Amino acid sequence: MTDAGPFHDPGRVAALAARIERLAGLLPRPATLMEVCGTHTHAIGEAGLRRLLPTNVRLVAGPGCPVCVTPVDYLDHAIALAMRPDVTIGTFGDLVRVPASRRDSLERASARGADVRIVYSPRDALALARALPQRTVVFLAVGFETTMPTIAAALTEAEATGVANFRVLCGAKLLEPPLRALVADPELRVDGFLLPGHVSVILGADFYRFLTADCGVAAVIAGFAPVEIQQGIAELLEQLVARRPRVANLYPRAVSAGGNRTAQALLARWFVPVDTRWRGLGSIPASGLALRPEFAHRDAAQLAVSLPEPLEPKGCRCGDVLRGSISPPGCPLFARGCNPDHPIGACMVSSEGTCAAWYRHERPVRAADA
Amino acid sequence: MQLTDRREFEGTATLHGVRRTVSLLLCPEVVVGDHVLVHAGFVIGRLDEQEAAATLALLDEGLAREREANDRAAGEAAS
Ligand code: SF4
Repeated sequence: MTDAGPFHDPGRVAALAARIERLAGLLPRPATLMEVCGTHTHAIGEAGLRRLLPTNVRLVAGPGCPVCVTPVDYLDHAIALAMRPDVTIGTFGDLVRVPASRRDSLERASARGADVRIVYSPRDALALARALPQRTVVFLAVGFETTMPTIAAALTEAEATGVANFRVLCGAKLLEPPLRALVADPELRVDGFLLPGHVSVILGADFYRFLTADCGVAAVIAGFAPVEIQQGIAELLEQLVARRPRVANLYPRAVSAGGNRTAQALLARWFVPVDTRWRGLGSIPASGLALRPEFAHRDAAQLAVSLPEPLEPKGCRCGDVLRGSISPPGCPLFARGCNPDHPIGACMVSSEGTCAAWYRHERPVRAADA
Repeated sequence: MQLTDRREFEGTATLHGVRRTVSLLLCPEVVVGDHVLVHAGFVIGRLDEQEAAATLALLDEGLAREREANDRAAGEAAS
């Protein structure tokens, strides 16, 4: 969604690389920075920015790819629903190839006769429900605070227009709890976060105050163009050098202090926080969203299905990748058995997945890296 | 994308001639002509072009200062 132009200018990227180099020379100790969001991971890979980093600055990918952090039992549940003869599944495209237990996937379920439709928007799934009144259309609600308001809006529209056969299977995730968990991880020792622009449009810059107030880490909200990312990295280093962490908003053209209040209000109207499990991070209290009890009639989890014992794909180290404890080439299966055409884990499937990003953009230079 | 037309809670967002119907439920305050951020068929925010220009101007100012400082340091080293 980035635009070409001044924020892609190679001259500015190079000048910022020099600034980053200079600041890195002033660091008291090596720094670990984390780009939280999969869109950043891909943008960084595409522009080759990781290669431009000084050796004492490590930039690791974080847990902000919604498909990647969705645990295998959610996919099992989606497949079980898909196999019901009265259900049509509406989903964003990147979920259909994600491996579930026993190498099953929605794609395979569809080959077995399940009705799985890829949609671009939850509204398209709602339109499907209108067009198929005799079926139950289940939208797979996977995402963070960027996507969940769009689902809340579609649900609101369903209520307002009396579309009774539209439900969601809620697998939503919240951003704050995993960030706190990652800060507390002694192995990772993260010094600063590159925060994603889009989710910040919804949440607002003030939302992240806990990062400086409670966690003492550096933070910057940045857009997705190369110049914006470089600027973000330089800002993080500046904060670390000055030992003055703050939440810098370098994306003020889209992100306000308070965020999108309409979206926040809709989220609160439909959903409540619940404990939820993350691939790689385990169960985190109040880190997900569930439909409020009064909206049980919209909850696809109320439909009867039998669920298999969940089994994560064998040998896949997505969990370690999502925690930032290894880079994808540190997984023995990376490019040896696992690739975007034959993904073994979720991180190789999604367009935002870390393993997919490294496979596409960073494989040749970093193949020996762990 | 730019909002090129709106009717109640729906509108058309256009980028390079590609038109897309978008819902304005999450951002009812947008007006035709606004640059908008679209996510999953919904406008989720406005892009403020003036802020973009200001961000860029500030960046260029800083980079120019750094270049001058570098040139001065290089000059001193040479003399
Ligand atoms: S390379 Fe494949 S198997 Fe290894 S962690 Fe990534 S997705 Fe999992």
